[in-house]
Amino acid sequence: MTKDLKTHLKVNGSEYKIENSWLRESLLFTLRERLGLYGSKNACEQGECGSCSVMSDETLVCACLVLTGNAVGREIQTIESLAPDGSMSVIQQAFVDAGAIQCGFCTPGLLITIQDFLESNSDPSELEIREAISGNLCRCTGYGRIIEAVRLVSRATQETEGTSDDNS
Amino acid sequence: MEVLIASSTKEICELLAQDHSRQLLAGGTDFMVEVNYGHRDPSSVIAIDRVPELQNWRHDEDSVIIGSCVTYREIERGPLATLVPALAQAARTVGSPQIRNAGTIGGNIGTASPAGDMLPVLSALGATITLRSSDGRRDITLEELITGVKQTSLHKGEFIESVRVPVLEGPQEFLKVGSRSAMVISVASLALITYPKTHTVGIGIGAVNPVPTRARQAEEFIVDYLDWERMQVNSSILENFGSLIAAASSPIDDHRSLAAYRHHSVGVLGQRALTRIFTPRGPND
Repeated sequence: MTKDLKTHLKVNGSEYKIENSWLRESLLFTLRERLGLYGSKNACEQGECGSCSVMSDETLVCACLVLTGNAVGREIQTIESLAPDGSMSVIQQAFVDAGAIQCGFCTPGLLITIQDFLESNSDPSELEIREAISGNLCRCTGYGRIIEAVRLVSRATQETEGTSDDNS
Repeated sequence: MEVLIASSTKEICELLAQDHSRQLLAGGTDFMVEVNYGHRDPSSVIAIDRVPELQNWRHDEDSVIIGSCVTYREIERGPLATLVPALAQAARTVGSPQIRNAGTIGGNIGTASPAGDMLPVLSALGATITLRSSDGRRDITLEELITGVKQTSLHKGEFIESVRVPVLEGPQEFLKVGSRSAMVISVASLALITYPKTHTVGIGIGAVNPVPTRARQAEEFIVDYLDWERMQVNSSILENFGSLIAAASSPIDDHRSLAAYRHHSVGVLGQRALTRIFTPRGPND
């Protein structure tokens, strides 16, 4: 057992000092209310909505279903890590271009989910996209424009790969 | 709350032997909901999901042994999906990608919800559960382990180490009824496992009884009507078969569905699963 490790939480590459009393909280609560990382949204606190999606040791999970005490010793990546210098990631830009954002509440969770999904499947079918985002509820868009945003990224990736193939 | 991160099964045994009341935490997909809503606040938690022995699975010629902290995500794809396809089908219907990345087979068993999606499959497969404590190991069946709604016969200081199921012998099917295709808790579910060598089948039904149940009468009835050479079934007996499955259920009305609908649908699922594997043929075909 590594008791001394329990004083730190690694989020977006930075070590955050955490207090013992936070270990009993959900990672989502710790991220938002203790560390001031408000990008991960809190809606359901039961893993239904996906708006708190984060990466834990490169695995997509709901931060509300992670006990902070059990996030110790893991690498957590939140939405804040997606484009740290203030510019937009390819997926964020595609959301803007496709009009995939309305109220924006579900957007951080969707961006994390889609980034993770496209890393393992860069040319997905519509059915695969729908399955990948099935744990992220959006009550505004009807999902059509979100799926279009994923397609924009996928198409751009295919074209880039195609170009580099032609050049080789 | 103290949170202890276990690194081996031996360590879990020791921590539980010191204090039986310690709460085990695997994927957290059930436990954390209760914590978030203030329904549970244990003084001591043992996180077991980083224990390598529990995260692994292995197989020999006859059986697959799956560690209790193997996730739905790992079961739904890759070699496990080839070895035990009905379990993979069931795993793929659990929650969302986020939930399947976290939730574990051992958690599904230990939570012992009537709607646990692994349970009808494990029931139909005649799974053996290996329990571990500082006193050693013991093997019991799923029916012996799950004694009621969210009730198990786990002794104090004991935890679920692994699950043993037979490797694929013939076609398998898992079907589930819910209000949408994802993020849905079963209204009724059914697993059908075929054993062509012995000309037998296993049928497990879920969400229609307090505990996972085998539809044994239906299993015994149907074997007389199956043509294993042509993989055909006599269509005239399908309704009887469905009725026998429904008769093995004693569902309830709740916010998800009605008892009458569950009773009806589990019989339909049985007929559907059967005819996906065995082509129905009438007397004139």
